Amino acid sequence: MADDKKFAGYICTGCGIGDRLDASTLEQVATRDGKMQSCKQSEMLCGAEGVQMIKDDIANDSVTHVMIAACSRRAKVEAFNFTDVALTRANLREGVIWVRPDTDENTETTQEMADDYIRMACAELKAMNKPAPSGEQELNKNILVVGGGITGMTAALEAAAAGYPVHLVEKSGALGGAVGGYYKVIPTRSPYAEPAENPVPAMIETIEANDKITVHLHSTIAKTDGAPGRFSVELATESGSSQTLSIGAMVQASGWKPYDANQLPEFAYDKSADVVTNHELEALAVAANGGPIKRPSDGKEVKSVCFIQNAGQCSDKEGHLSYFSGVTDLISIKQAMYFKELNGDCDTTILFDNLRTPGAGGEDFYRAGQQAMVTFSKGIASEVVAGDSLTVKFQDKILNEETEMACDLVVLATGMEPNSGPDPYALLALEEIEDLDERAKKQEEIIAVAPPSILNLEYRQGTDLPHLKNGFTDSHFICFPYETRRTGIYAVGPVRRPMDIQQARDDATGGAMKAIQAAENAGKGRAAHPRSGDLSFPTFRKEGCTQCKRCTVECPFGAINEDEEGYPMYNESRCRRCGTCMGACPVRVISFENYSVNTVNEQIKNCEIPEEWDEKPRILVLACENDAYPALDQAAQAGVEVNPWARVVPIRCLGSVSLSWVTDALNSGYDGIVLMGCRRDDDYQCHFVRGSAMAAERMSKVGDTLESLNLEPERVELYEVAITDIQRAPQLINDMADTVEKIGLSPFKF
Amino acid sequence: MSDLNTSMIEKYRSSFLKEVEANVEEGEWVKMCMQCGVCSGSCPLGKHWDHPPQEIFMMIRANKREEVLGSDSMWMCTSCYNCIARCPRGLPITHIMHGLAVYSKRLGLTPKKQPTAEFSQIFWDNLMKKGRVNELKLGLSMNFKDGFGEGVKNAMANQKLGQNMMKAKRMNPMEAFGGHGVKSPGDLQKIIKKAQEIEESKIQAAK
Repeated sequence: MADDKKFAGYICTGCGIGDRLDASTLEQVATRDGKMQSCKQSEMLCGAEGVQMIKDDIANDSVTHVMIAACSRRAKVEAFNFTDVALTRANLREGVIWVRPDTDENTETTQEMADDYIRMACAELKAMNKPAPSGEQELNKNILVVGGGITGMTAALEAAAAGYPVHLVEKSGALGGAVGGYYKVIPTRSPYAEPAENPVPAMIETIEANDKITVHLHSTIAKTDGAPGRFSVELATESGSSQTLSIGAMVQASGWKPYDANQLPEFAYDKSADVVTNHELEALAVAANGGPIKRPSDGKEVKSVCFIQNAGQCSDKEGHLSYFSGVTDLISIKQAMYFKELNGDCDTTILFDNLRTPGAGGEDFYRAGQQAMVTFSKGIASEVVAGDSLTVKFQDKILNEETEMACDLVVLATGMEPNSGPDPYALLALEEIEDLDERAKKQEEIIAVAPPSILNLEYRQGTDLPHLKNGFTDSHFICFPYETRRTGIYAVGPVRRPMDIQQARDDATGGAMKAIQAAENAGKGRAAHPRSGDLSFPTFRKEGCTQCKRCTVECPFGAINEDEEGYPMYNESRCRRCGTCMGACPVRVISFENYSVNTVNEQIKNCEIPEEWDEKPRILVLACENDAYPALDQAAQAGVEVNPWARVVPIRCLGSVSLSWVTDALNSGYDGIVLMGCRRDDDYQCHFVRGSAMAAERMSKVGDTLESLNLEPERVELYEVAITDIQRAPQLINDMADTVEKIGLSPFKF
Repeated sequence: MSDLNTSMIEKYRSSFLKEVEANVEEGEWVKMCMQCGVCSGSCPLGKHWDHPPQEIFMMIRANKREEVLGSDSMWMCTSCYNCIARCPRGLPITHIMHGLAVYSKRLGLTPKKQPTAEFSQIFWDNLMKKGRVNELKLGLSMNFKDGFGEGVKNAMANQKLGQNMMKAKRMNPMEAFGGHGVKSPGDLQKIIKKAQEIEESKIQAAK
């Protein structure tokens, strides 16, 4: 194999690189130290001529490995897009000349910085292979939509409209879901003046007439196996029959369930049939069949009704929902207008504290409610007294008095709870408990209250999509709203967060498009976000593996299963290519073709460490390519200075950082190490969700390493850096330089 | 309590808001208040009001009929229009306050001895005589509205003010003998009388 490799270096002297640096020295470094078989210069490498030169060398001289020393790897990606070779970039523009002042006394250190980056890039290239798809891929265009509510139906229709066959699975005997039972819906079009017709019946008709959509009623998912592009989904029907579908990607639209109002004894929900939830009122309005809405207790026409907003939600009381469901104020306005429409001169009061009417037409709809003579009273209900006529006691927040009102019907504006499957990590967390009896006991407790599984995934990391907060399915809120932590399975609608019909339909459309993209990507062996298009995938050296299972447990995306012997089984189309498994592996047997423990180690080793009396420290910066590295690039554009001792190595995710990089760097004489990743934990911004958190956990033990080497703990720092930290990111590096100056150089220089 | 008041109570038993909508000038805006409180915060005299506009609107919705109509508050409005300029919902709050004051007066519910109410009546009566306000007589009527003894005291207290007004030619002592007016006050009085008849018939019809 080694004979087939041909290494070529290219040095760009444009953008001022040639003026600030000695290009012939750079070329010498690339060929002598970096062992490039050829090295060429260009005044504008990203121009048509420069790019053609590289293309010609690849075609005519069978160059397989290309090192480009020019701008940052984030710049000119389209020009330097050579898919058939292994490629690396030495960052001479943003990494060197833009962060160093152009003065005579700095010329020497600036040149050293550039030389080092060339050495490092060449060394990395030597350890890389050209990534290629595994060859296991096939294109499967079938999209599975779980849940036949308005969200699921929208996803099915959108995917079908794009030409993809859809299987729509619904647990109950009819499509329509929660909204199917509504009298009318919140208007989504101007002038937002009155409740709109329920769109569900028309949608059901369209779905039934669509030959691309196969509807499976009374069906649940008994088992899901495989990966995007080759999911094997076993459906079980109520009658006991089953069938297996071959699926490319999935959309989970399992929706929501209403909050259990039995937890609100203060509002007499359990005592009076005339206290109903907003969800139950829809059934009363439908049952009225165009006539006046009647009381459930005695069938008397409702003459006065009171809506209690935020019943059991937006509250820190035990048993209440801590969050606001976003849509319940608009729902109450809509339902109050039912009474104005159906019950003639009915007294309709909405007791609110904070009335929130989000969305384009929200405020207009609120005004429409006021125009229709719905009374909005700012007050907090404390109690409902049951009786022939109900008495609502409340505190009037404007008149500042305790008061009460009588009414025939009370509607509680209760919130939405997600219809999620059990949280897979609830059980996995128990593996930490050493006492087996206690673990079994805790396990029973969790299983007793866990909802039934929705997807029944045959994954090492559990049967369903992981949760974030309050049982809602985790999806990447900041950057990729549909991406869950199981590749190729997209959570949409209120299972993801509380939302109204319009939001859910928009969400479903987005999710359907992402599912199509996932199926197509899987067919080509390409990664989903954020390394979309990446062909590399992790493999492991079986003879070195100790079956420790860290990779299978720590993979944020549940991509790795275990075989019977406990060896990892990779499913590359579930993989997002973050390398968290690589960082987890204590025996360093996991690697990508173009990114491995070795590629980074080579970079670390091939930076020249000056002798101690040179008084030139070296600071290793491992910067996450998603946020920290772009932040440093932008800092360079803004002309923020970075210390000349710093050597920045981009990494895929902080989660991929192998502890050996830190140990080896310290051993080989680096004076300080700065690790930069994204924000972690509940309000994470880590593109790989858990990578940054994993790294923080692993690095918490780095103190022991430092102690054993007799080094100061300040030499290794881990920071959360956002892409906007343009001033802060370089400052953190400069701070480390100050620290090193204070505590002195590392004693490990040879 | 007037007949009109009793019949209005009968008619709008359950909803004072509807009564306000039907009978108070610009009253149909009251329901559009969203209780943000900007009007109350903007009123330069707000701290002298028993109930600032936001509260008045809430009291109307809460059926506090007697408290609203018997209130001193809407009489305190000086028509500075701050509230109208600032109301995010565009309510004509100043006009509603005057509308409420007029309605309460019509029903005979205005607090006795409410100074603004008394002044308004004296001003109107003065104006109607000749179609122009007679400043001297207006001043005297205000001073002596509570009887002769109080009047002398008030006149003494306002002596300096009166002298200054005369010096600045804002008040003419000769006005005491008849005073200026429009060309034919009789015609003006006829116009006003007709307008009042129309209004009265509307009020009776609204019973």
